[in-house]
Amino acid sequence: MQHGKYRFIVGFLVVPLGLYALFVVWPFIQSIYYSFTDWTGLSPDFKMVGFDNYKRMFDDEIFWKSLEHSLLFALVLPVVTIGLALFFSFMINVGGRRRKGGPVITGVRGSSFYKIVYFFPQVLSIAIVAILFAFAYNPDSGAINSVLSAIGLDSVQPLWLGDPNLALWCVMAVLVWSTVGFFVVLFSAGMASIPADLYEAALLDGASRFTTFFRITLPLLWDTVQSGWVYMGILALGAESFAVVQIMTTGPGGPDYSTTVMVLYVYQKAFRDGQAAYATTIGVALLVVTLAFAAIVMRLGRRERLEF
Amino acid sequence: MKTTETPAPVPAESGATVAKVGAPAGKDTRQKKEGGVLNVFSHGVLIIWAIMVVMPLAWAVMTSFKTDGAIFGSPWALPDKLHFDNWARAWSDAHMSDYFLNTVLVVGGSLIGTLVLGSMAAYVLARFDFPGNRFIYYLFIGGMSFPIMLALVPLFYVVNNMGLLNTIHGLILVYIAYSLPFTVFFLTAFFRTLPASVAEAAFVDGASHTRTFFQIMLPMAKPGLISVGIFNFLGQWNQYMLPTVLNTDPDKHVLTQGLVQLAVSQGYKGDWSGLFAGLVMAMLPVLAAYIIFQRQVVQGLTAGALK
Repeated sequence: MQHGKYRFIVGFLVVPLGLYALFVVWPFIQSIYYSFTDWTGLSPDFKMVGFDNYKRMFDDEIFWKSLEHSLLFALVLPVVTIGLALFFSFMINVGGRRRKGGPVITGVRGSSFYKIVYFFPQVLSIAIVAILFAFAYNPDSGAINSVLSAIGLDSVQPLWLGDPNLALWCVMAVLVWSTVGFFVVLFSAGMASIPADLYEAALLDGASRFTTFFRITLPLLWDTVQSGWVYMGILALGAESFAVVQIMTTGPGGPDYSTTVMVLYVYQKAFRDGQAAYATTIGVALLVVTLAFAAIVMRLGRRERLEF
Repeated sequence: MKTTETPAPVPAESGATVAKVGAPAGKDTRQKKEGGVLNVFSHGVLIIWAIMVVMPLAWAVMTSFKTDGAIFGSPWALPDKLHFDNWARAWSDAHMSDYFLNTVLVVGGSLIGTLVLGSMAAYVLARFDFPGNRFIYYLFIGGMSFPIMLALVPLFYVVNNMGLLNTIHGLILVYIAYSLPFTVFFLTAFFRTLPASVAEAAFVDGASHTRTFFQIMLPMAKPGLISVGIFNFLGQWNQYMLPTVLNTDPDKHVLTQGLVQLAVSQGYKGDWSGLFAGLVMAMLPVLAAYIIFQRQVVQGLTAGALK
């Protein structure tokens, strides 16, 4: 297979690699370089300023707020989403009533129905979901406050996105709503590959289903949970949080910067305030946070791989 | 080591025979009861979440048929009659038709480009040994975990300098570039699983490398291409961040941008029913396609994470 091999390899790689280098790799390298300049983005002239942007960043109150919110996203969202998804998928796959002559552990009736419905939000654009929920959260005539008054809670009419203390949680709830289904389906697929005799053995030994979950299901599913965790964290730090915060909260960034996140702050500094160099500096901070997050999760979650 | 703490299958089987004899009957009923309670509980919890998922969507569909007055007066009441004029207004006056067309063009172009270029790169990386193979592979893979926003600031000026800003073909090229990491990752793994003998036979028969790829390997890789194609279709159809930065001309807006623009402008236009009609219009085709191709969609979207 040597004949013309290298010509073929180069011919096949040159377009994809060139496109990738030009639009992805090169901008990444450039942005790290720009973070040491005073480039505005509006004019082609700039000069090196050393670590000035980084010094400015460490004194920037809004940067610290956005960092705090991004870290909160990266910690809370995976815990809540993956926790809920594990709970639901355990219910779907193991919570069924034992049918005569059937296997000891069965899924609930209609398990495929639940999986189909739960997956709905995953196929919708996060932008559409954000618009929909921004309207549902509307304090005057939104769907949520109307339900509250319908069940007699007229006095409880929160401002939701308008309340600096609530806005961030409202945004996070939307991300949970839209991502839980994906993980339910993912974990269900993982659970289905766990041999049934492991469950049968544990149950016959008198283990309760909850013991079974923590002693059998979770350890055997650990690899999937871990990669799901990293995936969710990257989403929560990146594109998804940009869309929900930018679309849903006023400003955007919320009342009194209460919902601003790093990725939105990068966008605003670059494309609203004409401070491209400073924006790339915050972007580098975001890169550090993302890589640190992935490294920590992989490190903490490392355990012996279980073969079954 | 956890697996050894649970009893091995052999003692469990003997336990099962004992249970059949009937000695630990009490344990059996206890488990049945536990199963029953759990079953009711799980159904309850699962139904509540199903309602929480469906409610907002059903509410949006219902709202799209109401008048503006009814939307604000009684958000949960059924529409007095089906106001299809909302839909007509959204389709023509609010330019939903243009946004649809733009989205179809952008996604169509980038999906084909992503699959062709992605499979070419993946095939070479999976099947050929050459210096730099691993480096290029990891260069592609690395793109999956980097925050895209960091690259977007310089990318805006790269695209602008090339005269590609606010153009459909510019957006297509950028979509392809940002879809390549996952596509290459997924398809490289897929091409490795295909048998090498078929390609070698074709090559011995005198087919060129290029011909072997397009006529033999690509058809064999069809299941993988479908999975990764669905994944990219949804990602590109729903893309919001890239067009927001690179495509600011209102005439070139894609669906997600157009809808956000529409939502923002309702502050002074006040055509809320039209906005909801637009939202539902954008939601329904994707949901319908998902329900029809449910199995393939789920496989396509979860395959990456399970690998």
